[in-house]
Amino acid sequence: MALEESHVRRAAHLARLAVSDDQASGFVDDLSRILDMVDQLQSLDTEGVTPLAHPLDATQRLRADEVTETNQRDTFQRCAPAVENGLYLVPRVVE
Amino acid sequence: MYEKTLTQLAAALKSGEFSSRELTAHYLQRIEKADGQLNSFISVTAEQALQQAEIADKARAAGNAGRLAGIPLALKDIFCTQGVKTSCGSKMLDNFIAPYSATVVEKLNAAGTISLGKTNMDEFAMGSSNENSYYGPVKNPWDLTAVPGGSSGGSAAAVAAGLVPAAMGTDTGGSIRQPAAFCGITGLKPTYGRVSRFGIIAYASSLDQAGPMARSAEDCAHLLGVIAGHDGRDSTSVARGVPDYVEGLNAPLSGLKIGLPKEYFGDGLDPEVEKAVREAVKVYESLGATVREVSLPHTHYAIPAYYVIAPAEASSNLSRYDGVRFGYRCDNPSDLIDLYTRSRAEGFGEEVKRRILIGTHTLSEGFFDAYYTKAQQVRRLIRQDFLDAFEDVDVLMGPASPTPAFDLGAKKDPVSMYLQDIYTIAVNLAGIPGISVPAGFAGGRPVGLQILGTHFAEAQLLNVAHQFQQATDWHLQRPAFAEEYA
Amino acid sequence: MQWETVIGLEVHVQLATRSKIFSGASTAFGAEPNTQACAVDLGLPGVLPVLNEQAVAMAVQFGLAVHADIAEVSVFDRKNYFYPDLPKGYQTSQMYHPIVGPGEVEITLEDASTKRIRIHHAHLEEDAGKSLHEDFHGMTGIDLNRAGTPLLEIVSEPDMRSAKEAAAYLKAIHSIVTYLGISDGNMAEGSMRCDVNVSVRPKGQEAFGTRAEIKNVNSFRFVERAIAFEVERQIELIEDGGSVVQETRLFDPDRDETRSMRTKEEANDYRYFPCPDLLPVVLDQAYLDHLRGQLPELPADKRERFQNELGLSAYDANVISASRDMAEFFEAVHSECGDAKQAANWVQGELSGALNRESLSIANSPISARQLGELISRVLDDTINGKAAKEVFQALWNGQGESADEVIDAKGLKQVTDTGAIEAMIDQVIADSPAQVAQYRDSEPEKRGKMIGYFVGQVMKASRGTANPQQVNGLLKEKLDALL
Repeated sequence: MALEESHVRRAAHLARLAVSDDQASGFVDDLSRILDMVDQLQSLDTEGVTPLAHPLDATQRLRADEVTETNQRDTFQRCAPAVENGLYLVPRVVE
Repeated sequence: MYEKTLTQLAAALKSGEFSSRELTAHYLQRIEKADGQLNSFISVTAEQALQQAEIADKARAAGNAGRLAGIPLALKDIFCTQGVKTSCGSKMLDNFIAPYSATVVEKLNAAGTISLGKTNMDEFAMGSSNENSYYGPVKNPWDLTAVPGGSSGGSAAAVAAGLVPAAMGTDTGGSIRQPAAFCGITGLKPTYGRVSRFGIIAYASSLDQAGPMARSAEDCAHLLGVIAGHDGRDSTSVARGVPDYVEGLNAPLSGLKIGLPKEYFGDGLDPEVEKAVREAVKVYESLGATVREVSLPHTHYAIPAYYVIAPAEASSNLSRYDGVRFGYRCDNPSDLIDLYTRSRAEGFGEEVKRRILIGTHTLSEGFFDAYYTKAQQVRRLIRQDFLDAFEDVDVLMGPASPTPAFDLGAKKDPVSMYLQDIYTIAVNLAGIPGISVPAGFAGGRPVGLQILGTHFAEAQLLNVAHQFQQATDWHLQRPAFAEEYA
Repeated sequence: MQWETVIGLEVHVQLATRSKIFSGASTAFGAEPNTQACAVDLGLPGVLPVLNEQAVAMAVQFGLAVHADIAEVSVFDRKNYFYPDLPKGYQTSQMYHPIVGPGEVEITLEDASTKRIRIHHAHLEEDAGKSLHEDFHGMTGIDLNRAGTPLLEIVSEPDMRSAKEAAAYLKAIHSIVTYLGISDGNMAEGSMRCDVNVSVRPKGQEAFGTRAEIKNVNSFRFVERAIAFEVERQIELIEDGGSVVQETRLFDPDRDETRSMRTKEEANDYRYFPCPDLLPVVLDQAYLDHLRGQLPELPADKRERFQNELGLSAYDANVISASRDMAEFFEAVHSECGDAKQAANWVQGELSGALNRESLSIANSPISARQLGELISRVLDDTINGKAAKEVFQALWNGQGESADEVIDAKGLKQVTDTGAIEAMIDQVIADSPAQVAQYRDSEPEKRGKMIGYFVGQVMKASRGTANPQQVNGLLKEKLDALL
């Protein structure tokens, strides 16, 4: 499956990564080689094989419904780039 | 002091040969002298370390010291450490002071060990050479022109250089075992779920696993006993008792069935590496083990499957680095999209961006089934290969890496770098444990023997590795670099 | 042309757990910004989700209540997109293997007819935070307290054919979740939110028309109004030769219209894949049986019982069973007084009126079910008449007395049924009203019935309202007619 610059542009947009024109062509080269390597998978017949998401066949354990966390806003917001009145600030979001 | 293994240091502390404070000061001094050349640490927490050491000494005086109390360690900078910068090797987190500690760190603190600092690593654990760090590459103490391996390169180099007796690493595709091999130390990747991932910055959540890197299997056994176990804060951690890993180290190996996967001895394997590994296998035969060839037929699909699954998970795991709540934010964002795209473009390095883009692309509409679903199917086949092999043999052995440490800057093409992990990557896809032990040299650079076991067979792996280290002394050899800074 | 409306609803219900779906932070509403957002909710590096057992139990209870298939294995997926109120850059949801499979809900329309609406599935997911657009120097403020609150998203089949049906369905869901106690159902606080999919097609056509999705329609009334507007818009558009565009629209209650949310439709690609931090949720039969055994009587069952066993009308049964609190209040009143019809009348009439006037919920009624039941009993056993009963109700409502009997005694409202006493009062009234008596006598016989009202009023006044009105009527007629 050949990779085109439009694919890279689209992935960069979805992943919210700024990519300049120069970088884009570099990424097309690199990612094309990676995907060529990945494409070896297509030669393997996997008909009927159930996909494996986790290496162990374990199941989810459940947590009791208890409030265990206390307010740590000041601690957490110490590493925040911009806060005011306890809110995280971002450039205005237009709905 | 630095010549001693962790096990020996623990005995010396117990007998009162020296105090933890003296020991800690000794290593801090070595770090100060040597690390300018190695670059194995991102942060050294000298003051805290000395305080912790004094607490450990007091506990010992009061008769409350545990087995590892007072032992200095280092932590890969992927483990969150409360109040200490936790960068994950990235500009993105250069300003991130973790507000909590990883479960592994809490367990080590509770055992009374001392953290000297945070070790260098490939950014977000993506790399096999430690050249992808925002903080610059780490050098291999055996040869300063060689890489230490990655992504836990700082931990491996620091242990090999005697800057710390042991360190914690993480392994998503070989990131403990390959640098351990390149630096001539012992590194264990436990079974997926054996050690809690809570507080370990995620790269690929279904593959990541933390483990010890030390001078010997015995050292690793001590450390694994501390960090292993169920954690209610990690849904994927396994509720299963933790055996005494030290207790079984001396079990004899007579009758041990060793399998040599023929795919691990094929094209691309450095002849000197192969020779060292085959010599090691002979040692096992002399210890009473039997050896047979086995096949892991899907081995060659492991790297392609990994480079779908790991980047897919990473692309999602790394979405939280958006410049809003913590971490790097670009200057003067003009609007929200500018804030996102520029913070991320400026905060992440090239390899991280490559993997985010690959993962985003392979998960996207029209490609998901061909890549992601297919890779998950192949993942099952790869795991089955191992389970089938372990029907016939107890452990598998082979090289940890096809070559010894390569030169800094030698691998410019990402794919050629990826192919380095051919022998380690399938292990993470299958979730089984693996250990790399020093087994000689190739071209003056260390060679690692990799030993693999079935799920939760850590005790057996440590026993098998320890018996080898009783019969050989590869693990005791030190680079000249370590001596020069004695 | 005759048009048919096709409607499907996606209802998001905040589950009433104490802590969040994947963390131990509180879900309480109204806290100071970001004081209930813990490291997991904030998506800080290295933290991991652990699933709340109560969220799972509540989702299963809902599934059982709508006769749905409960998935033996359900899986959490990540829905990836960037938004400031979505801290991790993905929402943990269930795309491919939801916990609740197909089920159905019976709705009751205004004419008391019923209809079954199929549920496609319901899945668990985490809520996002909130963006506050007030002026922060041209910035937006983000509050993540709500992030991680458990949501059950209930997706219907496109089975509804009118705005009224959609509203009835939403009410039915509201009533089920509040009966189960799995949500407070408070739409004003966003505990229940609704997206509406609307399309139109020529009557008789099988294929669906192109649909528009109206986001965040957050009251029963708005659902009706939004659909009414949207249906008209779509029909007009098609009849004018245009065509409906598949898009997301927003309902503006102030202008009573829907409008397109984006001029440039941005194609989303959420890249769903199984969340590697969570394992498959496996539920066994014993667990389901256990939860089934704990289900309360549900609105549909109550409605049926009220009709069949208590003899309420379909309308009364439907209104009273819609809210668990009201139904339980009604049942307590009924068990006190023994007359279902009277109990229903009082609960729906006097009580609901008073509650509405003071914007109180029935759970906070100042008058208890026991008090009201006793009051009704006093009417039924002729201790007081209807007029006095209203006075007693008002007194109890105002807290003037512990019981109906106490108020009756204190106010002397006991009904006078002694014929002699009533006759004496009548004689006095007749004696005091010669002009009216003459008028009565001279009237056409058919007009006298109306005129008797004056005398009844005078007698009741003389008794200070306590005379039995039926007796007064009968005796007055006898006495006046005797004067003819």
